[in-house]
Parts: sequence; structure tokens; C-alpha cells
Amino acid sequence: MANNSSHTTEYVVLARVLLLLMFLTILTISITSYHLGAFTVAITLLIAGTKGYLVLSYFMHLKYESLLLRILVGMVFVLFALIIVITFIDYAYR
Amino acid sequence: MSENKLHIEEHRDDEASKLGMWLFIFTELLLFGGLFLVYSIFRAQYTTSFHESSLELSVTIGAINTIVLLFSSMTIAMALSAIQKNNKKLALILIGITLFCAAIFLFNKYFEWGAKIEHGLYPGSTLMTLLDRGHLLYFSLYFFMTGLHALHIVIGMILLIVCYFKVKSQNINNQNYVLLENGALYWHLVDLIWIFLFPLIYLIT
Repeated sequence: MANNSSHTTEYVVLARVLLLLMFLTILTISITSYHLGAFTVAITLLIAGTKGYLVLSYFMHLKYESLLLRILVGMVFVLFALIIVITFIDYAYR
Repeated sequence: MSENKLHIEEHRDDEASKLGMWLFIFTELLLFGGLFLVYSIFRAQYTTSFHESSLELSVTIGAINTIVLLFSSMTIAMALSAIQKNNKKLALILIGITLFCAAIFLFNKYFEWGAKIEHGLYPGSTLMTLLDRGHLLYFSLYFFMTGLHALHIVIGMILLIVCYFKVKSQNINNQNYVLLENGALYWHLVDLIWIFLFPLIYLIT
């Protein structure tokens, strides 16, 4: 049926993504036990971002979706980043 | 034969259903995004208070819940693959595992919140009103953000229970699985939010 153009993700791929996500979780927890100051937050957010990317692309099938949808999702994160930056600029120069 | 023909002409647009679900997910992301914004502003203003308060939380419970949620996210993605491959039995087992993981998550959350409430730490309690501004903001945000997330877990569970029975009654099958696909998307969203909540609330030092 033409309606079902969806991509079927193999079980092995999903299992590998989970292993990677678990590894990144353990990495985050072990990194925060060292006191790296401001770097901790940056590294933690970077790892969280990577995990988010993995969930969006493989679990949520975004890797196999149309370009339109991928651009839309990207725009939401760009919008959020802009809101954060603008608000922080506002607070910094009050 | 005529019944068969009717079935083929059934009006359905799976792409549109999925796009609609994604648009809803965008609103959810921005809802939590707003809370993350509030959190980061106050964290920048009350760094030491936020640091001290976060030490009160159990990283172990947070880590267990993270792993449980990541695992459940995989099982629901596998359930969708199973239904696409027309393996109804496996799909039902996988949705069941996902629901079980969701229950474990809420069980842990119950004990985590329960311990705090027992110590008199809950929104509106006398202990909360005695805290200084930084600690008060941290715990208010903690209860609101994890509470709103837990509410999403409950909604996701209801959605997946509906999917479970629809798979069982063959209403969701390898020709028509968009409801399970959208239900799974919602469940991944819940996981996605937790991926950012966990390090920010439990691990900041």
C-alpha cells in the first residue's frame, strides 16, 4: 500500500543505538564526578545533545523521514537556541 | 469482494497523521524548553544554592530511571518494527515490556518524591517557605519539571495501553500502524526530555 512508505528499522540497529546511549549515560555520570568547573556543564550538555540526536534519528526515524520534516525539527531547536541566547543577552546587559 | 473494495478505498493519510503528531511534539518541546530557560537563568543567578540543593537528590535513582527509560524507548521502537514485519506476538510482548518499564520509572519516582515529602519538602510546606530564594527556586523547579514529566509518562502509558489492545484486536496491523507509530513518537519524546532533565537536575555540580 502506498500509505506505508515508512522505513523498518532492524532490531540490531536499535539495540546498537541503545548500547551507545547507555555508554553515553555512564560517561556523563562519571564525568560529573570530576570537578572540571564550567567545562562539566558544557560537556554534559554536549553528551545530552548527542543522545538527543541519536533518539531523534534512529528511535524517532528522523533519519528516514522527508527533508521537510527534518528541516522543521531543526528549526524548532534553532528557535529554542535563539530564545536562550536572546534571554541571556537581556540578563547580561540589564 | 465488495467489502474488500471498500477497505481499499478507505480514506487515510498516514503522512499527515505523522506530521500532525510532530507538530504536537514541537509544542511539547517548547513547553519544556520554556522551563529549561527558566531553570538556566536561575541557575546562572543562584549557582551555589542550586549546587547545594542538587546534592540532596539521589543520582542512583536518577541513573536507574534514565537507563529504564532508554531501554523502554528501544523496546517501543522494536515493537513498531515488529508490527511492520507482521509479528503481532512479538509486538505485544515489546509493548508490554515498555509499559512495565514505565511502571518501574513511576515506582522509583514515587519513592524519590515520597522521601522528600516525608522530610517536609514539598511545594507549599513550611520547610519550603523557610528556604532561601535559590534553594526554593531549585526545589520548586525540581518538583514542577519532574512532575510535568511524570504526567507525560502517565499519558504515554495510557496511549500505549490503547495501542496494546488495538494490536491485539488487529486494528493495528502491518498495513495500518500509524497509531502505534505516533504513540511510539510520544514515548520517545518523553525519553528525549528526560535525557536533558537528568543531567541538568541531578548531575550539575
